[in-house]
Amino acid sequence: MFSHDPWVWIAAIMTLAIFSFLYKENWFYRIAEHLFVGMSAGYAMARAWNNALVPNLFNPLFADFGRNWPLLIPALIGLLYIFRFVPKFSHLILIPIAVGLGLGSGLSIAPTIQTDIIKQMQSAIADASNVSAGGWGLAWGILSFIGVLTTLSYFFFSREHKGALKVSASIGIWFLMVGFGASFGNTVMGRVSLLIGRVQFLLTDWIHVIR
Amino acid sequence: MRTIALAGLVLLWTAWAAAIPGPAAAPPPQPATVAPPSDLAAGDTPNDAGQSISLTWRPSPDEALGVEGYEILRAESAEGPYAKVGYVPSGFGSFDDQAVPRDGRDFFYRVRAVGAGIAPSEVAAAGPARSSQQWYNAARTNALVGTLLFTLIVIYFIQGARRGRHLFIRRIAGLAAVEEAVGRATEMGKPILFCPGMDPVTSISTLAALNILGQVAKKAAEYDTPLVVPNRDPIVYTVAEAIVKEAYAEIGRPDAYNHDSVFYLTDSQMGYTSGVNGIMARERPATNFFMGYFYAESLVLAETGAATGAIQIAGTDSITQLPFFITACDYTLMGEELYAASAYLGKQPMLIGTLKAQDWSKALVGLLLVAGAALALSGPGLRQFVLRLLSID
Repeated sequence: MFSHDPWVWIAAIMTLAIFSFLYKENWFYRIAEHLFVGMSAGYAMARAWNNALVPNLFNPLFADFGRNWPLLIPALIGLLYIFRFVPKFSHLILIPIAVGLGLGSGLSIAPTIQTDIIKQMQSAIADASNVSAGGWGLAWGILSFIGVLTTLSYFFFSREHKGALKVSASIGIWFLMVGFGASFGNTVMGRVSLLIGRVQFLLTDWIHVIR
Repeated sequence: MRTIALAGLVLLWTAWAAAIPGPAAAPPPQPATVAPPSDLAAGDTPNDAGQSISLTWRPSPDEALGVEGYEILRAESAEGPYAKVGYVPSGFGSFDDQAVPRDGRDFFYRVRAVGAGIAPSEVAAAGPARSSQQWYNAARTNALVGTLLFTLIVIYFIQGARRGRHLFIRRIAGLAAVEEAVGRATEMGKPILFCPGMDPVTSISTLAALNILGQVAKKAAEYDTPLVVPNRDPIVYTVAEAIVKEAYAEIGRPDAYNHDSVFYLTDSQMGYTSGVNGIMARERPATNFFMGYFYAESLVLAETGAATGAIQIAGTDSITQLPFFITACDYTLMGEELYAASAYLGKQPMLIGTLKAQDWSKALVGLLLVAGAALALSGPGLRQFVLRLLSID
């Protein structure tokens, strides 16, 4: 009835060990937790080596050094992180951090303005002015437009929420909460399916109750 | 003898049956002739990095007779030889050849209507067309204008803050709880747990979280309350450690800094979550801070913290995780409130100036929205104009 595969047994026992936390913190959970943390930290190192360094740095360098030598520049910048272990030169790690921050900001500012601002503005105006949608279609568009404006006003920090701003911000928070409620329900459904998947593993692969 | 006679009869019958002519085999159906696609035009793909030519044509009017799609053929001279470089199903009248061998060289194209039961019919060659790369993507001018405008507003407010101009920021409800939460941990003699999110240091929410960590660390140093900061990202860990150490030094308590208080757990999302859960269950912190960007682990963390009886303050700009923090935490900084909190607590001109710039940019967006919607409602032509102005290819 039970699986003869030792790996399935290990996976099932670890699953039950993690589930035991629902009762209370116990040594069974503690073993699983420490194994999980330790193994995943080791796995992350192996993954960084095999998925990042080897294909993106070593392979191109060894394959065609003449063409790919500029890869040495980010590699050297990255190596500066090692100075964290040399207190005298530990300030050098600020260089790779600064490069990473600068690159990250530069790469994200324009796409953020494009997608999170301009595209959203276009959609809001398109929905609120879609007269051809008529009746309910236009009404939903206008409601959504009001939601955008009032929610924006809630996140205005330069004035106290008084008078008209207070009314607008209060309406905005209602829109936010309705949105969060919908998101909550949607995500809970997803989480339940994850639980079903795990229980299915125990019943199908481990104790073969479901075939 | 009878067997031989029977075999002879069978042979005779077989030969006779073979000699009788059967019904004439139907001649293979002639493939239908369809009108070819027309008005083929080829030209450089605009706003791209080169090596791409865009084609447009008018589909065959006889598509209903069995045209399944169009083959795109390319040659280096009008006479050929042509080679197939693409295929689009029927109903489409455009194709981008993104595998042009070289920029600046002439190429000719033909488009052929094909289908199982039709004779291929192709339009006359179009060309020559040359691909080239553009330095400037004109389709994204609106994004450039937006970026420049926002940058100018940011510079203006940062300069104002640096010159000492008073920039008002309203108090955020969740912030009042920070001091109360640290005080509670001190009274109970229990540690404060601070999770700086799951994202790397390049994430804006992680930077805001680290800023708040600095302020929390100062208060922890002041009250001599133990601080526990587990990290998922090695770089965030490095920065967090430096921030906490500096906060203790600033308060004049560098000796009170515990080297084990800021540590790296694991890179794995759920590995980190189970580790933090274990810490919460064993060490029972009086106060939990979840600041930064979180994913599916948000509810697991916040629920465990709530079960241990800790006061919990969360702050994230992860829209999908906010509902979980709102339900399971005592205070939640929503979206931009996280950045505002970071600026409010930090009191640095750079942060306050940026926050003010964000505020006025939002006001500008609101005004543009109202003006744009009013224009768009004035007539279909104006609506198209406004939407085109905001379109991004």
